[in-house]
This record gives sequence, structure tokens and C-alpha cells, in this order.
Amino acid sequence: MTAPVLLRDFETFAANGGGSGPSWLLPLRRQAIDRFAALGFPTPKNEDWHFTSVVPIAEGSFRAVPDAPARSVRLGRADVEAFTFGRPDWIRLVFVNGRFDASLSGGATPPTGVTVTDLATAWHEQPDVLERYVGTVADFQRTAFTALNTAFMHDGAAIQIAPNVELETPVHLVFVSTPEAAGTASHVRTLVVAGHQSKATVIESYVSLGGAKGYFTNAVTEAVLGDGATLTHVKLQTESEQAFHVGTLQAHQGRDSHLVSFSYAAGGELARTNVYTRLAGEGCGATLHGLYLLDGQQHVDQQTRIEHASPNTFSREVYKGVLDGSSHGVFNGQVYVRPEAQKTDGKQENNNLLLSAQARVDTKPQLEIFADDVKCTHGATVGRLDELALFYMKSRGIGAEQARKLLTYAFAAGVIEAVGVPEVRAELEALTLRRFTGALAGS
Amino acid sequence: MLDIRDLQAKVGGGNDILKGINLAVKAGEIHAVMGPNGSGKSTLAQVLAGNPAYEVTGGSATFDGRDLFGMQPEERAQAGLFMAFQYPVEIPGVSNAYFLRSAYNEIRKAHGEEEVDPLEFLDIMERNLALVDMDQSMLQRSVNAGFSGGEKKRNEILQMAVLRPRLAILDETDSGLDIDALRIVAEGVNKLRRPDNATIVVTHYQRLLNHIVPDFVHVLSAGRIVKSGGKELALELEEKGYDWLETPAEAVA
Ligand SMILES: Nc1ncnc2c1ncn2[C@@H]1O[C@H](COP(=O)(O)OP(=O)(O)O)[C@@H](O)[C@H]1O
Ligand SMILES: [Mg+2]
Repeated sequence: MTAPVLLRDFETFAANGGGSGPSWLLPLRRQAIDRFAALGFPTPKNEDWHFTSVVPIAEGSFRAVPDAPARSVRLGRADVEAFTFGRPDWIRLVFVNGRFDASLSGGATPPTGVTVTDLATAWHEQPDVLERYVGTVADFQRTAFTALNTAFMHDGAAIQIAPNVELETPVHLVFVSTPEAAGTASHVRTLVVAGHQSKATVIESYVSLGGAKGYFTNAVTEAVLGDGATLTHVKLQTESEQAFHVGTLQAHQGRDSHLVSFSYAAGGELARTNVYTRLAGEGCGATLHGLYLLDGQQHVDQQTRIEHASPNTFSREVYKGVLDGSSHGVFNGQVYVRPEAQKTDGKQENNNLLLSAQARVDTKPQLEIFADDVKCTHGATVGRLDELALFYMKSRGIGAEQARKLLTYAFAAGVIEAVGVPEVRAELEALTLRRFTGALAGS
Repeated sequence: MLDIRDLQAKVGGGNDILKGINLAVKAGEIHAVMGPNGSGKSTLAQVLAGNPAYEVTGGSATFDGRDLFGMQPEERAQAGLFMAFQYPVEIPGVSNAYFLRSAYNEIRKAHGEEEVDPLEFLDIMERNLALVDMDQSMLQRSVNAGFSGGEKKRNEILQMAVLRPRLAILDETDSGLDIDALRIVAEGVNKLRRPDNATIVVTHYQRLLNHIVPDFVHVLSAGRIVKSGGKELALELEEKGYDWLETPAEAVA
């Protein structure tokens, strides 16, 4: 997927109607691909990609095939059941290799005031809303992967919550990759518009089945939070360990709104998650939690960017990482406080646990503060398991391996507690236990 | 049960702290090890429990005939050795219930017994919590995290009560306890006493020995046992302090 190949692919795509859609869409795509052509794939010279080389993605042969007919992958509901948190009744859209699969989707019917539509349908059914928001929050001017997604976006979801509506049922988007995805890129795109004083939970799962490998997911979700809205966003990234993933959540927040984000990253050979938000309205805030669990040769990078752009805005951030094998983790937490954002209250924390001598982590808090009356703190730690605690456990009869696993789980558990949806929290606990505690799981 | 011969050990790269300890403990006995600060009492306890920060530089120890220093710390615990820490370790994020059930089940597994499920374990806990006058709510709290000094010491006794060791080494479990807590700890130890188990009570003060009556008292000074006797030795120490004891270093010089 070198840049020239992508540009040629785009011309073919454009000549064929650019995936159809409203008249404004193709010009937007063209703007984005031009921007991508100018930016190119990021190199380590780009400050935002200092610790992560995307060469395997740039030089891989992942073709964006947005208007190719969906490959004949037949999955049944039973195949995706494992990813549904035991809640078939949630509002659910399922995508297989980046293509919407109506037969696997379903669950509850959204209540009055809520629409949940697959993107290809939404282009036709809600063109005005999409025109108003798509590409306005997710910044393709600055970010090459977002530009690429904007040029090729095809399937995904459009979620709208009307003002004052509190949606109790979570909306769950499941992006499944199968072995047939090998060699392809899926540029899935999601738009969430949360009206003023509304409340909703959106969960995105990126998963793989049947030993899928060699594919690239390039997902973008843009969210608009109206005044007083609360949006809870959970992302679970458990892609194949031989796959590539770049996922961006970018939000724009109105006055007194609250974005609550949790990002779990355990999959991917090379994976990057971006969580960006602009605290545009006075008194709004973001609570960002993350957990990354790496092993083997994985390289997993998380970047957050919180832009305090109004007075009295707050941010709370805790990311934790556990790294084993020869894995490499990255955390870059950017906090910008604009001159007008007086009384900003920001807290950031990143804690890492290294389980092996070969594992490494680069952690980079990055605070840029241009207002004078602010309260911003940050802390980053990189540590190993506490030898004394290990000995204490062993001295009570707990075997060395179990003691290690138990302490590791305890480290991660602190941030899992932040997940508000009980079913998701339980699943994350189980995933974490499975990854680090084998036999202890379930006991 | 425990047979220590000419034990020498050090910590942190310096000189030997234990300079030849000899001690034999039989089933049914209570031994008190007393001595001034820095004499090596905790070193002895930690070495017996297998803290990897301590290095055995000479001598031997057998536990029920097995070479103690050839066993991992968890194997020692599974074989029935228990050491109550002078400074119990805090483990944020691991609940007391989970921790203690894991320990309990690992020891059972090592003996070829079935593991107990959380409900059965709760029964066991309820019985033992009463023994140390602790509330059930402590089960959901993290191990020792944010516990007061007294709570930590009582938690050590609770663990001992649940794990039912053959040999318990209590390292200054009495230090920092008020008289009520001291009585609770002592009663716990006395109730757990059986003809087939033994206890080594490490203490700086005599007052604990009013509640736990030892069969033997040993005085540790500068890494050696300089005097052994019956329970009356403790009273003598209380009266005269430790100063009258000649230190072995002086004896050699
Ligand atoms: N981790 C350590 N590193 C270096 N020296 C130590 C360490 N722990 C204890 N010591 C030294 O070993 C000696 C014995 O200590 P300890 O066994 O704790 O004595 P006690 O328990 O009788 O008060 C003291 O001189 C102390 O300073
Ligand atoms: Mg001591």
C-alpha cells in the first residue's frame, strides 16, 4: 500500500463514482486524498509518530477496495456471539472485513429519537446530517491515516441521539476480520452526533476470527457532543496479532458535555489508537482511560490529545500498560491549554509494568499550557513487579508463576474498574485474566 | 521438626549478620527468640521463610527432615512453614479474600486435596475472622493496603489461622500493638496450638510472653544465640535489659 498505489486506487475508485453517495462526498474524498498525497505516511520525524514506524503498513500491500463487492464470507450469528458480551439485545451493527453485514446485525430497535444506521445507507437516508458533520471533526488536514480513511471510507455507522434523549441500551459496533481479509485495508467510518443533554454509550469491538492475519484496519470515529451531552465510548481492540490497526476517535465537545472514553488494546502486530478531543464549550470535560496488554513482538501505540479550548474545562486521564515478551508500547499524552482556557483542571497518569527484560515502553506526557490560571498534573511510571510482594505471596504458598500473574492482574484491574458498563467490565476482567493468569481465570 | 545448624547468612552484600545459629524445635514446643534491635532476629525469620534478598552463606536447616534451603519459599509454605512478617507487605489491587483463598488452595493442591470454592472458603473465613476480631468487610479490601499497624498484625494471625501451619514464626507480631490487640494476637496463637505444631515467637519485649508462655527462651545478640533457658530467662531480661549480656564479638576479642 505504498502511497502511489493508493493514489492510483483512488482514481479508479473515483472514476467508478467514488462509492456513490451525495454529490458533496466525492469532492470531500478528493480533498482528503490530495491531503494524503501531500502528507504521505508519517515517518518517525513526525513528532506524533516518534516511537512508531508505519513502514510495515506503508509498504504492505493492503489495498483499499471500498467498491469491490463484499467477499463471499459467510458468518453465522454463532460466529460472532463470543463478541456480544452475552447481550444479544443491545443495538448492534456487525461488519465483516469492513463491510456491513445486515444478517448478523440487529438486537434492540433504537427508541424514538435515536437512529443507528449503517453508513452506506445513511449517505442516502441522512445526507444532510452527514454533510454537516462528516470530515469536520476528524481532522484529515493534519493526520494522514484520517485523510486516507476519508478518501476511501465506505461502511461504518451513523448514530444520532436527539436532544434530551437518554439511550439506556448501548450501541455496539463489531468489526470482525476473517482470513479472507488478508491483503486488504478497511477504512470504516463512524459518526456519532449526541444532541444537547443526551446520553449514550457506544462500544466498538475490533476482533478477528479463524486465524485472520495480514490485514489492515484504519478506523475513524468522529463524535459531536452537544451542550450537556454525555457520551461513553468504549473501544476494545483485540485484532489478530498478525494484523495492523490504526483507530482514531476524535470528538468535539459542547458546553458542559462529558466524554468518557475507555480504550483497551491487546491485539495487532502494529497498532495505534488515537483519542482526540476538543473541549470547545465552557465547563465540559473528558475522562480517558486506557489499558494496553502486549506480548511477543507486538508494537502498540496510544496517543491522546486533549485540547482545552474554553474556561473551566477538565480532563482526567489514566492509561496503564503491561508489557511482556519483546513487545514495545508507546504512550503519548498531549494536553493543550489554549490561552482562553483559564481554570483548566487536568490530571494525567500513565503507569507501565514491564514483565520481561526485553519489553520496552516509551511514555511521553506532553503538556503545552498557554493559560496562566490552570491546574495540570501528570505522572508517568515504568516499573517491574514488586519483589517483596512476590515473596510475600510465595511465603503463603502461592507459586511463583501464580504470584506474578496475580500481581499483574492487580495492576491492570485498577483501570478496568473505570468501565461503567458491567458486562463490558466483566469481559475486560476475563480477557485480562486470560492473558495473564491462565488457571486463575474464573476462580 | 526444625533443626538449624551453624547457620550463617547475610543481606545486601555486607558481612554476615547471622554468625552461626544453632536451634532445634520439636513438635508441641514454643520457643521465644529475644534480643536487642539489629541482633538478627528478622534476618533469621526471613532466611527461614526463604526471602531471596537474604543469602545463606553457611550451615544448614532441615524442616521435617527436608533440606529447607533447597526448597522454594512456596514449597516451604506448602510444607507447613509460616512466617508472620514484622512489616507485612501491602498488595494494592489483590483482595484479602482472593489472596488467602489462592494460598489456601495452593497448599491444598500441594497435598493432593481438592480446592475449595469461594462459598466454602467464606465459611472458613467467617470462623477465623472471629478469632482475630476482624470484620468481614476486610475480605474485599486489598491485602494490608491502608491497614493500620494493628490491623496488619492481626491479618498475619488471620492468615496463620486459615493456613494452619505446622511451624509458625512470628516476627515481632506484638510490636506496636496496644494491650487489647496484643491479647487478641496471643489468644489467636494459643487457640491454634496443637501437639503436632510448633511456634517460634520473635519478640523484643517480655510482655507478650505473659500471654504466650514459651518452653524455651533464646537470646540473640550480634548474630549468635548467646543464652538459652526456660521462661524465667525472659523475666530476667525484662529486669536487667540486654546490656548485661556479653556480646560474642567481645567474647572473641
Ligand atoms: N536489607 C538490608 N540491607 C543491609 N543491612 C540490613 C538489611 N536488613 C537488615 N540489615 C542489617 O542487619 C542487621 C540485623 O537486622 P535485623 O535482622 O532486622 O535485626 P532485628 O530484627 O533483630 O532487629 C542490622 O544491623 C541491620 O541494619
Ligand atoms: Mg526485626
